[in-house]
Amino acid sequence: MDTQTLADILQKATAAAEAASDLQALQSCRVEYLGKKGLLTEQLKSLGQLPPDERPAAGQKINTAKVALEVLLTARESVLKESAVSAQLASESIDVTLSGRTIGVGSLHPVTKTMMELKSIFSQMGFSFMEGPEIEDDYHNFTALNIPPMHPARAMQDTFYFPDGLLLRTHMSPVQIRTMKETRPPLRMAAMGKVYRHDFDVTHTPMFHQMECLLIDKHISFTHLKWLLKEFLSTFFEAHIPVRFRPGYFPFTEPSAEVDIGCLNCKSKGCRICKQTGYLEILGCGMVHPNVLTMADIDPKHFRGFAWGLGIDRLAMLKYGIPDLRSLFENDLRFLKQF
Amino acid sequence: MKLSESWLQEWVNPHLSRETLCSKLAMSGFEIEEVQLLADDAVIDFAITPNRGDCLSVRGMAREISAITEADFTAPSFNAVTPTIPDTIAVRVEAPESCPRYTARIIRGLSNTIQTPVEIRDRLQKSGLNSISLVVDIVNYVMLELGQPMHAFDLDTIHREVIIRHAKPQEKIQLLDGSEKTLDTETVCIADSEKPLAIAGVMGGLDSGVRSLTTHILLESAYFAPTMIAKQRQRHLLHSDSAYRFERGVDPTIQREAIERVTHLLLTHAGGSAGPVVEVVHETSLPPLKTITVSAKAVKELLGISIDAAVIESIFTRLQCPFTTSSHETWAIEVPTYRFDLAIPEDVIEEIARLYGYENIPTQPLEATLQAPTAGEADHTAALRDRLCATGYHEVISYSFIDQKLQTLLDPAQPAVDLLNPISTEMAVMRTNLFGGLINTYLYNHSRQQQRIRLFEIGTCFTRTDGVLHQVQKIAGLSGGAVAPAQWGTASRAVDFYDVKGDIESTLHPICNKLNFKKESHPALHPGQTAGIYVGDQKIGVLGVLHPQIQQTLDIQEKIVLFELDLNFIKFINQPIYKEISKFPEIRRDLALLVNQTVPVEEIQDRIRLAAGSCLCDVFVFDVYQGKGITPGHKSIAVGLVWQHPTRTLVDDEINVSLARVVAELREQLGITLRS
Repeated sequence: MDTQTLADILQKATAAAEAASDLQALQSCRVEYLGKKGLLTEQLKSLGQLPPDERPAAGQKINTAKVALEVLLTARESVLKESAVSAQLASESIDVTLSGRTIGVGSLHPVTKTMMELKSIFSQMGFSFMEGPEIEDDYHNFTALNIPPMHPARAMQDTFYFPDGLLLRTHMSPVQIRTMKETRPPLRMAAMGKVYRHDFDVTHTPMFHQMECLLIDKHISFTHLKWLLKEFLSTFFEAHIPVRFRPGYFPFTEPSAEVDIGCLNCKSKGCRICKQTGYLEILGCGMVHPNVLTMADIDPKHFRGFAWGLGIDRLAMLKYGIPDLRSLFENDLRFLKQF
Repeated sequence: MKLSESWLQEWVNPHLSRETLCSKLAMSGFEIEEVQLLADDAVIDFAITPNRGDCLSVRGMAREISAITEADFTAPSFNAVTPTIPDTIAVRVEAPESCPRYTARIIRGLSNTIQTPVEIRDRLQKSGLNSISLVVDIVNYVMLELGQPMHAFDLDTIHREVIIRHAKPQEKIQLLDGSEKTLDTETVCIADSEKPLAIAGVMGGLDSGVRSLTTHILLESAYFAPTMIAKQRQRHLLHSDSAYRFERGVDPTIQREAIERVTHLLLTHAGGSAGPVVEVVHETSLPPLKTITVSAKAVKELLGISIDAAVIESIFTRLQCPFTTSSHETWAIEVPTYRFDLAIPEDVIEEIARLYGYENIPTQPLEATLQAPTAGEADHTAALRDRLCATGYHEVISYSFIDQKLQTLLDPAQPAVDLLNPISTEMAVMRTNLFGGLINTYLYNHSRQQQRIRLFEIGTCFTRTDGVLHQVQKIAGLSGGAVAPAQWGTASRAVDFYDVKGDIESTLHPICNKLNFKKESHPALHPGQTAGIYVGDQKIGVLGVLHPQIQQTLDIQEKIVLFELDLNFIKFINQPIYKEISKFPEIRRDLALLVNQTVPVEEIQDRIRLAAGSCLCDVFVFDVYQGKGITPGHKSIAVGLVWQHPTRTLVDDEINVSLARVVAELREQLGITLRS
């Protein structure tokens, strides 16, 4: 065996490995040269024909060639593997802009979303959320709220009646009355739900949503009420908006106040939405009238409280820029899908 | 209440710009509804709250403006008219608690055909009152000016005397608005010796009213009790400027002043001669003079700030409330006779706050005791809502009252709760279920080219059984159109019962993972495609396809699937209890069953569970086939069975024995054979 033969074999092997276009071809090349009957393996087998003193040197040369070929094949293998992966990746590439498969997404009503937000804010402030019936009696809706039968304030709220004298609650206050009668003060409660008034025009629907809160404790004053409402309004509208308190009238609170916020649309400059006043009326509130406490078996000498109520629909309209109240109850899918 | 600005300025002129004045009034409890600008005047529309009846006049509003702006209040002085004829009429008050003060006067020889002076007509018109005749106009003018509603009768129609009495049963009167009312003993009327002349304080009778040719009149100026007026106004469904004021409280001391003022104006503009004023007073029935004691401490406690005694006292003065005080810490305030709204110390403190300015009261952070919420029923509403939303349903809110016809169509057996005074026939009865609102919403959207409609609603439903009213919170859904939105790679198909059943199961899964569906009927749903939804033995709802007949009646073209769950029952579903997980392998075997199509799958599964023994941990259907190769009237059902032992590995023999029991049970009990 001569050096030239070995070099030839190595050269051919190198050329074959480089020519191998895939892993299978490379494997054939490996078998051809390094397999049991491979050309290099054959060379090793032929060592026995050499004189004993030449065998070590010849053997070493063959082994060197073998190792070199191994290195070569391994290198080629990793190149081929890489390109195989690349080819696979290239063939598996998809259009990621095609739409996802879906059963469709639904939506929550903007009034519900607003209610969830209100619930979150007031729950964190420690208010318990209570419920009550929508068909109420006259006592809980009016009389217990310091609105006796012939009170002119009854005309403020056009009421839906049933033939048996029951009525659809005109505000959430009956829930306050029921809670006061069932719970001992101090108490912090809120109630949200549907209320009804006999009114249907551009700015009124016969059913709408209100939230009312009531806080009763020992050392409670008007300054606390102002603080809590300002905090709430800043949180809800996510900004320190101007808030102003005006004297108002509700039979169940004394003093009573109307609360306005700076118009969100014109930043209090005056526009169509705020009727050029720069302010939007947002809620009514006041210190609970002693008669209301007394009727609920709470001693006004020891406890005072404040309460407020707001229209949730109106808040939702302000928050989401909905111009028409009535659209909240039309349930047009093209409207609902936006929330 | 609309008033002429220039008229007000005769009584009070704060020398402020109109904007400043309106803003001050708004910040003091009087919202301005509208300001109407005229060439030489302005009309201001004040929103006057029901507690401030004292402001329903030029005098009242001027008094208030004076208190708010501290401008001088200049009441014009009106002199009493000296009677020139002796004529009087007998006045008998038989209902003194309703009419504590009654004044009357005869005027003879006036002319009611003279045109009302322009100034008076103009002011009336600005306040929204039409000119009627000279006498009526002057009476109305003084009502606007001083706040005292009055009435003028044609003297010739009055027989002998004036009696203020309760009406007799079935007594009838035709009123100035043309309506005829049947009176009752609850009604207080002004009558003569023969007949009622007017419903006291509310409206005069047509026959006794002044006409253009009337020359002799009887003027009435009285104080009527507010609740009595409210009662009879409501009873007879009447509205009048007079009742509006009496109901809110008219100053019980101004009747004579007002009758003198009217007389003066009448004599000036209509001529005639006035007789003396007849006055009948029942002092004990008049509203008592009130004194309210307020302390600086009470002011501080309610408002949260200390207000200077001098400031408080100046506010009392501005309000024309005389007061006495000991050491300027407690005040006894005399309430003016026109302030019906001031009764308790809180009312006075509100007045202090109002004139001090709500905006000048600072804020103070609130401290409160922590309270743990009371443990109770779980409210799953939010979770259900979120999951339905994630399943592709859109939340709707519909009115709680619906059309009687639709209500009856969907729930004929359940008598609905009717409203006494509905807005319209479409909103006449309270819903007994949520299907009506959902179907209406479906129709609304379908007619607006919406192809795939999935809706849900949470709301109260109202029923009455044996006289007991039930108000139940329900959650309901509707699915119509394609099961999935139009998209690539998925074949489109219409939604069916099983799609919505799956939606319900997955929606309720976190709350209850073991629902049972039993074939049932519901008047609104398809008799062959309706199921009651159960947790254990408790029915919690219903699921089904809208009844084809109703579908036809409502002109709905496609299949609609509806469901409804009672939220009250969902509140009481028990929490899951953890079961140990087995470490040992599961073994699965499948069976292909040939089943008579009337046999419900649930029964097959129950039989399998019964026969297989306790190691069977799951049984589920993975294919249902009917058609070629299957005997008609039968279906092929492929069932997967899974066994697992909690503490050891099961061997094949055990499974074979169990499976043999299952096959035998199905054959013997349900006539089910295995498909070869």
